[in-house]
Amino acid sequence: MTISKLVLIELWKRKSQLITGLLAITLGIAVIVAIQSVSVVSEQNVARNLDNLGANILVLPQGASIDNYYTSDIDAPTLPMDYVERILTSTIAGVDNMSPKLTRRVKVNGQSIVLTGILPKSEIASKPLWQSSGLVGAEVKAACAPTESVNKSHGMEDEKLKRKAIDTLLSNDCIAGSQVARLLKLSANSQVTIMGKEFKVVKVLPETGTVDDDRIFANLKDVQHLLGIENQVSAIEIMGCCNAISEGLLSKLRNILPDTRVTTIGQIVSTQIETNQLMKKVTLVMLIIIFFVGGISIGNYIWANVNERKREIGILRMMGAERRTIYKMFLLKALILGVAGGILGFLIGTLAGVILGPYLAGIIVKPVYIYLLWSILLSVAISLAGSLFPTYLAAKFDPHSNLQED
Amino acid sequence: MILQGENILKQYQHNGGLINALDSVSFSVKKGDFVTVTGPSGSGKSTLLLSLFGLIRLTSGNIIFDGKRIDNINDRKLTEIRKKSVGYILQSFALIPYLTTIQNVMIPLALEKVPKKEQYKRASEILDYVGLADRTDHLPRELSVGQQQRVAIARSIVHRPQIIMADEPTGNLDPALSLEILEFLRKINQENKITIIMVTHSPVAAGYGTMKLHLNEGKIVNS
Ligand SMILES: Nc1ncnc2c1ncn2[C@@H]1O[C@H](COP(=O)(O)OP(=O)(O)OP(=O)(O)O)[C@@H](O)[C@H]1O
Ligand SMILES: [Mg+2]
Repeated sequence: MTISKLVLIELWKRKSQLITGLLAITLGIAVIVAIQSVSVVSEQNVARNLDNLGANILVLPQGASIDNYYTSDIDAPTLPMDYVERILTSTIAGVDNMSPKLTRRVKVNGQSIVLTGILPKSEIASKPLWQSSGLVGAEVKAACAPTESVNKSHGMEDEKLKRKAIDTLLSNDCIAGSQVARLLKLSANSQVTIMGKEFKVVKVLPETGTVDDDRIFANLKDVQHLLGIENQVSAIEIMGCCNAISEGLLSKLRNILPDTRVTTIGQIVSTQIETNQLMKKVTLVMLIIIFFVGGISIGNYIWANVNERKREIGILRMMGAERRTIYKMFLLKALILGVAGGILGFLIGTLAGVILGPYLAGIIVKPVYIYLLWSILLSVAISLAGSLFPTYLAAKFDPHSNLQED
Repeated sequence: MILQGENILKQYQHNGGLINALDSVSFSVKKGDFVTVTGPSGSGKSTLLLSLFGLIRLTSGNIIFDGKRIDNINDRKLTEIRKKSVGYILQSFALIPYLTTIQNVMIPLALEKVPKKEQYKRASEILDYVGLADRTDHLPRELSVGQQQRVAIARSIVHRPQIIMADEPTGNLDPALSLEILEFLRKINQENKITIIMVTHSPVAAGYGTMKLHLNEGKIVNS
């Protein structure tokens, strides 16, 4: 027999009470874990989008909508091709790479697809996602890695610095997005007719989960010609050095490119970032709430338990149990409750995130196992904090007056 | 002398007035004595029993245990003395309801941090001694009242105390069971030389005393 064993036996014998004691803390932790599991994925998505987008500055015609980066260039007004030249010949520092594009929605075999004209080398060079497709090309080291947190990827830190460029995308060649390839039954080396012109598919891109999957990329010159929009582009993507951006690269670009919107990817995805920040605030508020509600609820449970066991405390004190032993009894119980609440909360929250994530946030949520540790730590802290005062009172009980009850 | 009381005064504040629960109480108990404390209800018997080892603090007076004053020492030292040297038996048995017979008996040993095996050995021996070897895994509510009081006795002696304090140990038992328990206490007293102080209402129980204290309105009437 030990005091710890006594605590365990008591807990076990009264396990039904345990559930009420744990309810608030478990649910609180569950909500936090669920929100966090969802928002961590959402944050990763932002980071991945930023990576996949490649460029971090977008030059668009004045009238273009920027609600969604992926579709902002589709059917947008155009700007002159000369602007690329203008940037290249300017003295503006911090532009690492440029990629002009022209995009239009077209029908191919009755299917609506997005046709994007690109200048091969530069376009590929600022699209790290395409690396895995195995396009031939030299590895180009980015002149400067993004340092702003918003532009930082959370994975593949090293990969990010390596960007492959495609040397050539010949006239009559095209690259198909995975969704388009599936729709039109395209594979490498198959032929496709777009607006009356024959193209050879040189590569099918791996799935990216973005609008790029619905695109066919062809040489910019071909696309301009096909669409009858010579020397116009719908957007210019620019890899800018992050430090340069913060030093006013955007306004310098605006000065030399009249009638354009020069914006950063950061601004465009800021809505998503704002959502994530809101989630963080909600989490913080939840944290404060469960600290109080959970703490008070556990404290209340321990206090009820103390009162129910007044006589037992008196008996133990009579037999020579020190105050310390009484502290130990109730705080150990609170500790066990805390651990149990943390584990349960983590399980429920993770399950909720995994099940509800796809419905509510449209994202696939995976369990984040490190949250188990945090859940337990948080739950134990709350449980102990809530139990301190009732335990203190229990140890202060006068042994004799409690012996005489009943 | 194992235990002495000198001029003990215990006053309770009640509705603005003072009640002298114990008044000028003095006595001496020798090692191995079987002391009975009798007196009418409200005469201060329980107050005396519980104040001797600090469960109730005196208003004034001295208590000397084993040659040392214990009325003026701090709670931790008193707790230590209770743990090592005193066993308590109460009228209501005071068993811990969710622990089995043997677990209840092991509590005093657990408080003294006796190793597990030793605890088990000693608790089993004592339960054998009080005739409950076949009831070790029963919960208190699964025992008869006589058996429950025997568990309480086993618990009060398992840590080999010098003195046992019993407050109406037979108060809840029928005459036959009472006799059984009293014989038990006498056996413990004689075989193990454990001093016993027993509060009782029953003249039969009082008859077991080798030294008799009679209280009336907080005062010792004759001893
Ligand atoms: N906490 C208290 N506050 C006020 N008065 C008390 C308190 N405890 C006991 N008393 C009073 O002290 C006196 C002695 O009480 P005590 O319990 O010692 O009597 P007793 O002899 O054990 O009685 P019984 O035989 O009924 O158990 C009584 O008059 C009682 O009312
Ligand atoms: Mg009494």
